[in-house]
Amino acid sequence: MKATVTVMLKQGVLDPQGEAVKSALGALGFAGVEGVRQGKVIELDLAPGATEADVTAMCEKLLANTVIESYRVEMQG
Amino acid sequence: MKAAVIVFPGSNCDRDLAVAFRAAGFETTMVWHKDGALPEGVDIVGVPGGFSYGDYLRCGAIAAQSPVMRAVSAHAARGGHVLGICNGFQVLCETRLLPGALMRNAGLKFVCKMQRLSVGTADSAFTAGYAAGQEVTFPIAHHDGNYVADAQTLASLEAEDRIAFRYIGNPNGAMGDIAGILSPNRRVLGLMPHPERVVDAAQGGTDGAAMFRALAEALVAA
Repeated sequence: MKATVTVMLKQGVLDPQGEAVKSALGALGFAGVEGVRQGKVIELDLAPGATEADVTAMCEKLLANTVIESYRVEMQG
Repeated sequence: MKAAVIVFPGSNCDRDLAVAFRAAGFETTMVWHKDGALPEGVDIVGVPGGFSYGDYLRCGAIAAQSPVMRAVSAHAARGGHVLGICNGFQVLCETRLLPGALMRNAGLKFVCKMQRLSVGTADSAFTAGYAAGQEVTFPIAHHDGNYVADAQTLASLEAEDRIAFRYIGNPNGAMGDIAGILSPNRRVLGLMPHPERVVDAAQGGTDGAAMFRALAEALVAA
């Protein structure tokens, strides 16, 4: 069982790194980018029996700082 | 008067902080992050600057889960004093002993310089040696000092007079120019600037010494 956790800054929290990537893309001539948000992807190899609720608890306790970040959990076979 | 300074893998201001505590008269013990308990009778815990656990995941996130931080939280819950500087401030936010979070500097660069600050309040054991509105200069050295909190938290920090230091000339984008904040009981201070690096004239400044002197005066009476 694998789980993929995507952690992003919450909407409304200024993302200076995303802004820098956006301006770098503009400098390279990519004119079609209206916004960039940068986050992180964390892949977990889970032991049999681990549940989505377990992964959610991991997100709440450690993987995301819910003051500024939101997270999404995807479970794969 | 007893102080404990926490040492994480990657802490690099722990000895500076211990020197500052000792110069002010504190009997100071270094405490390794795997220790589940603080030394008996500790009055104040220092959480030092550095790069605990290599800043992996988020600055301070892994350190906040270490065994010693459970003991530090219990110490704070008992009304004990805690001083978190730079990475220590990040750890205290991740531990939720202080509200908000510290994000990447708005300019994306590591900022390392002497920084002018305005003392926000003299109403704490940390800041009693200053006057509200007094200007002091402490060094800053951080990549993630951009203080962020929701509007309600910012309003309550302001209303409860819990903003201990504000930047004069915001170096990192911090909301409200916030450089340091106090807990609701005013006994936990987290700040990005380094008062422990300006306690002796040989360091190029002494503006930080008043913080450690004031702590010594407050805690000897306690």
